[in-house]
Amino acid sequence: MSDTARERIFAKLRPAVAAGEFNVPSPELPPRPEWTQTEKVEKLKTLMEAVRSEVHAVKAEAWTDALKALARRRGFKTMLYAPGTPVGDAVKQAWSEGSGSLPALRTYEGTIENYKDTLFHDTDVGITSTLGGIAETGALILWPDAAEPRLMSLIPPIHIAVLEADKIYGTFAEAMETMAWPERMPTNALLISGPSKTADIEMTLAFGVHGPKELIVFILEP
Amino acid sequence: MGDPTFSFEKNVETALGDTQLRANFAFAMSTLYQKRKAVFADEAETERLREIGNAVRQRALGKLPELLEKLEKKCTENGIQVHWAETTEEANRIILKIMEDHQARRMVKGKSMVSEEMHLNKFLEEHGKEVMETDLGEYIIQLAGETPSHIIVPAVHKNKDQIARLFHEKIPGAPYTEKVEELNALARKTLREKFQHADIGLSGVNMAVAETGTLCLVENEGNGRMCTTVPPVHVAVMGLEKVVEKLSDVPPVLRLLTGSATGQIITTYFNMITTPRKPGEKDGPKEVHLVILDNGRSAILGDPELRQTLQCIRCGTCLNHCPVYTRIGGHAYGFVYPGPIGKILTPQMEGLEKTGGIVSASSLCNACEEVCPVKIPIPELIRRMRNESYDPKGTVPGHGYKWNLPEVLVWKIWALVNRFPRLNELAVKMGGLFGNRFPKIGPIKQWTRIRTAPRLARHSLHELVKAEGVENE
Repeated sequence: MSDTARERIFAKLRPAVAAGEFNVPSPELPPRPEWTQTEKVEKLKTLMEAVRSEVHAVKAEAWTDALKALARRRGFKTMLYAPGTPVGDAVKQAWSEGSGSLPALRTYEGTIENYKDTLFHDTDVGITSTLGGIAETGALILWPDAAEPRLMSLIPPIHIAVLEADKIYGTFAEAMETMAWPERMPTNALLISGPSKTADIEMTLAFGVHGPKELIVFILEP
Repeated sequence: MGDPTFSFEKNVETALGDTQLRANFAFAMSTLYQKRKAVFADEAETERLREIGNAVRQRALGKLPELLEKLEKKCTENGIQVHWAETTEEANRIILKIMEDHQARRMVKGKSMVSEEMHLNKFLEEHGKEVMETDLGEYIIQLAGETPSHIIVPAVHKNKDQIARLFHEKIPGAPYTEKVEELNALARKTLREKFQHADIGLSGVNMAVAETGTLCLVENEGNGRMCTTVPPVHVAVMGLEKVVEKLSDVPPVLRLLTGSATGQIITTYFNMITTPRKPGEKDGPKEVHLVILDNGRSAILGDPELRQTLQCIRCGTCLNHCPVYTRIGGHAYGFVYPGPIGKILTPQMEGLEKTGGIVSASSLCNACEEVCPVKIPIPELIRRMRNESYDPKGTVPGHGYKWNLPEVLVWKIWALVNRFPRLNELAVKMGGLFGNRFPKIGPIKQWTRIRTAPRLARHSLHELVKAEGVENE
């Protein structure tokens, strides 16, 4: 059925576009903002905090100390991490140096089909890396993959994301262009600006409706 | 389609008399209006962005067949299965078949206006499937057995007291609470169960990128990501106009969409899906299907003026700025797409005669055109719909349905009277003498029901001026 539907649709579309042309000059794209790295960090931080993300700019060499202090202070019980990634390996290393009153580390066992129960019901925190950030709108870029699956940043009530300051781009367009996205789109690419939210009841903003209730970002500065 | 007992006039009257409904809309619409204004504070920059949005959409429509073929090719290469549906019935059948092929019984749905257009939930439920809306607003109206009253905030016609009662009655074991956080928590708990156990997830598509075969979804809640990542099968449905040519077209359209829809510089999530789960990956659907629906769109594309309707990115900002919509709400329009965009889209899809004169319900104030992120000249197209209603030689389905001899004669006489000064003078004289005694019947009765009829003066301006002794008046 759908093959003939396809033919019927194209038989209508082809003469339709020939019926008259849109006369559109393509306007110039807005100029790229030229921000310094400090400005980009500041802008991203301000915008993401405005949508209730918790952003910590820390020295790169001390980020796991900051993470441990935060985890202890907040009393997290379990944390899902991705071994084999720079972020995951740093976490593992830091935990091996003393994990008193720190959350138990978990890894994503098998596939979602058999890991669902643990992921949905017994995981406090998911910690992931990021591909970069966008200063103009305040957002993280994530390209989940085999090592760092898609649901790590969605199901646990708290998502911790690690962002290197020198990977913050001015705009989304700049990020796409610099990293040549058109040639290498992954299974799933995400922009994330804050914790899950809704204003569907009386325009009242509420957080954590389906996805994470909290988004904590560590920006690693040189 | 549509309710056979649908009467736009009656709906308007009911809506205008419902003080609760009017208060709910007045509050929500002014909030959205203010939020948009704040995010598009720089007029020059906003105008430039709108120019870009307009150009991106027009360029895509100008080569639509080519881009759709490219999208199909790219998606297929990426492992996404593409289906074509000429009618909503075909689209529903395709989705049912996918469910049956997988013995899928439970579906979780992200927000999709195209699925509303298809009446998909009803269709699948009639075939024994469980369909769960998961966008909070959609979930609320599904519990209430209603349809969306707004294309972005579907439950905006309800206030929290009404939602509190609804949840208490419909969600097993739910306590009565009017606290918004607690209501959200109730929905979260119920729906997380559904996400975990669903056999299939369905979503709409905000933009599909032909260059890479990528499906883009814009959302705040995370339910869209859930529906497209947790179940083993994902079906996306899109109207065939939703394609853009290049990945570089995405950032400006995204910015316009989130700013216009909810006054956000960016939403919580922007979700770009290019392939199903690849070998070695631990989650994501093993199968992704894309259903591309025509349902009258290809016919709209053939008219060089009306095709601008298809530029629409479904942000809903024309609803929020419409003096008619903000007073009567979305249900009064009787069809899936309400407000200014509905007034031009619905008649073209359903036929003018079926839409009960919704094209008359506009003051042509131009607010919709001024805020439209892709610069659709909505008022101009509304005027076209009105002309088509009377034009037996028109092209829009149902054209000429309002044509009638008495009205034609009245206007012919009007034209004559205004062409010949003597005739005009005589008509004015007669008006002054007998006009106030004219019986209030037909359209005059309708007009004067809630308005005071103007009193015609005994003497015309001409006569008065003449009496003053002015020469060559």
